[in-house]
This record gives sequence, C-alpha cells and structure tokens, in this order.
Amino acid sequence: MTVSTRPDTKDVWNWLSDVPDPEIPVISVTDLGIVRDVRYEDETLVVAVTPTYSGCPATSVIELDIETALAAKGVSDLRIERRLSPAWSTEWIGEEAREKLRAYGIAPPSESQPSSQIASRAARLAGRTSLVVACPRCNSTETEKISQFGSTPCKAAYRCKSCFEPFDYFKCI
Amino acid sequence: MPSLPDMNSTDVEELAHRAAERQGPHDHHLHDEELKPAFFEWLCRLGDTTLVLGHRISEWCGHAPVLEEDIALANVALDLIGHTQMWLGLAGEVEGKGRSADELAFRRDAMDFRSLLLAEKPNGDIGFTLTRQFLFDAYHVALLRALTDSSSVRVSEIAAKALKEASYHLDRSSDLIIRLGDGTEESHRRVQKALDTLWTYANEMFVTDSVDEAVAEAGIAPRPETLRAAWDSHVSAVLAEATLKRPDNDFARTGGRNGERHSEHLGHLLAEMQFLQRAYPDASW
Repeated sequence: MTVSTRPDTKDVWNWLSDVPDPEIPVISVTDLGIVRDVRYEDETLVVAVTPTYSGCPATSVIELDIETALAAKGVSDLRIERRLSPAWSTEWIGEEAREKLRAYGIAPPSESQPSSQIASRAARLAGRTSLVVACPRCNSTETEKISQFGSTPCKAAYRCKSCFEPFDYFKCI
Repeated sequence: MPSLPDMNSTDVEELAHRAAERQGPHDHHLHDEELKPAFFEWLCRLGDTTLVLGHRISEWCGHAPVLEEDIALANVALDLIGHTQMWLGLAGEVEGKGRSADELAFRRDAMDFRSLLLAEKPNGDIGFTLTRQFLFDAYHVALLRALTDSSSVRVSEIAAKALKEASYHLDRSSDLIIRLGDGTEESHRRVQKALDTLWTYANEMFVTDSVDEAVAEAGIAPRPETLRAAWDSHVSAVLAEATLKRPDNDFARTGGRNGERHSEHLGHLLAEMQFLQRAYPDASW
C-alpha cells in the first residue's frame, strides 16, 4: 500500500511565500502576485506563474527557484505552467509588499490617476510626469522622472529634488 | 486615440480585463486547416517584425549617447523579443510541424522572413533609430489594441500582454520625437531627414493583401488599412508638437511583410543573429 505524501496546496502557497524575487529579494514571488494558481492534476503539482514583462529574463530564474524550493520540501512531481492571461498587473502587489519595496528604496507603483488627459498632457509638456511618486527615502513628492526605463523592465528611474537621491520607481502596468 | 498617449489611463487595463474575460480553453482557429497557411504567415509577419526590430535596437546596447537611453533601448528590445517568443511560439503551434519559436527565429533564411522593411533598416544615428521606433510604436499600439478583440483567444491574450508594454514604448518615443524635433536646429534637421526617408517604408504597415484578408475574414485581425486613421491622428499630433513636417507621400515600399523583396540589410542582420545556432545547432548552456 502506498501512502500519498502530497502536501496540501495551502502549505505549498506558504512555501512559495518564502521564495524571493531574484531581482528584488525583499519581496517574494507571491508578494509580487505572479503565482496565479497551485493545484493538483492527478499526482502532479501544477504551479501557474505569469510573467511580469513578456521578455523579462527573470522569468526562467523564478521558475527554477520555485522548482528548487519545492524540491527541498520533497515535491518531485511538479509542473510549472506559464500563464499569460489575465496579464500581470501591478495592482496585484499587496499593501505589505508595497511597504517592503519602499523600505528597500524602491517607490511602489502609484495608482494615482491624472485628473484628465489634458492635465496630463500639459504636465508632460512642462516636463513633469502626471504621476505623484514619493521619494522612498525622504517621502518628498518633489520628484522627477529621469527615464521611463530603469534597471529592470519593471522599473523607471527617478530623482528626488528634495534629498537629491536617485531612486527606482516600480511602474504601473 | 488621444493626441498624446496617456499611459496612466485605465484604458489599457480595461482592454486587458476584457481580453481575459473572453478567455476559454479552446481556440478553434488553431485547428482550422483551411485557415492555417494564412494564419501561420500572419503570425510570422508579427513575430518576425518584433524580432528584427528587437535585434536592431539591441545593437545600441553599450553604444547609445546617454546611459538612460542605452538602458531604455535595451528594455524595449527585451520587450519586443518577449513578444516574438509569444507570436512565433503560436505560429509554430498553428503550423503543426513541431517547430519552436527558436527554430523559426534561428533556422529560417531571409526569404522566409515576413518582417516589415522598416524594421530591418540599419540604425543610423539615434534620431533615425527613434524616428523608426516612433513610427512603429504608433502602429504597434493601434494594432495590439485591435487584436485584444481578436476572435482568436490566443491572439487576444498575447495582444493584451504586449499592449501594456508597447504603450510605454509609444509614450517614450513620442516624448523623444517632440524633444528632438522641437530641440536644436541640428536635432530637428536630423529627425526631419529620418522622417522623410522612413515614411514610404512606414506605409508598408497599412498595405492589405490576401493573407490579411483571410485572417480579417476569420475575425482574427483587422485589415491593416483600417489602422491608418488611428496611426495618422497620433503621428500627426506628435509631429505638429515637434514642429516637424509630415511627409506627403503615400507611396508604400513593400516586399518585407509579404516576403517578396527584403533589402540586403536583413541578410547581414540574420548572419549575426543566427550565427551560433547555425554553427552549433541545438547548442544550449
């Protein structure tokens, strides 16, 4: 008689919450909202992961990290499913994770909407971005965008005009 | 389409949600034998264009005039190559001969490529590169927006994902065209010259042929000519802001998208891009 040793999916979610994002190690892959589903297909554990950006080189590293972490817990029958839809959104990053990002020096995604197309256009022509991004160090909102694209696909480069520090901003997608 | 793209609007998000809602396990287009040749060809047109353009702009890596631009171009290249994996991956599935995205990318020769002539143009100076990018980005966003409504679930899912990224590309390239066009005399002159050179190549994006008719008939994609109005309105608004003159030339240089006549540049590009897989087939590390 064989005894089924398959772990509960709740435990699996817990283990995954300890797997850090390879590029932003202060948050986990579940904090980031990229683990979309954990389920069993017969005896195979299936973990569905969605990419943040379609060409993000971290995607395959993340899959490998998940595999390694679950193997350490004794999961050998595993399949990682790459799920495209619904497309990943920064809205899936939880409040706690946003706080961790800020403490790490990365301004979390700001869901603040510009009041109107025209206001946003006027701001752009004046060289300002319509987003209010607070400096993760001194909390000043006197900040400016240096570049739409930062050190990884998910970030933009900003500068604080109060404390003069450059910082990364996790852009909304 | 707004006169200047506003990438913080909920619009893109909404389109992504809508595409996701229509998600189903089954895409009947993938098993439509009659449609197969046109569907495969059309997917190659998309995937080859993002591949060739992605490779082109990656050539700037380590060479761009300022660090921020260097990083931005590499990021855009990465996104486009990510899109390529999805488009050519699906193309391989539709074709049904077991070819992967990598095999389609690295083991076809120039005559089998269906990329836009615009994409294979050599980089020129940074003004030329950004003008090419701007003309493409405006088309790319209009096309992807339309594709989120595709009757093919698989196509709409990829489009919803890619649109989020392409919106940032257009935001950036529009901004830079305004800054360069309305910048110094020298930057204005260079961008205007690039625009005059590239315009007839850009016109290829809106030429509709029998392959397009077939996929349009199946509800998979819009006829390219229908994208012209949205493209024109955005491009014209940005050019006006940038004090640049919109070229008045409707002639379209064709042959890239239908594979009839690529320029010599594509062969050189592929020689470099495909070298490793040609010399050491199936090499991996």
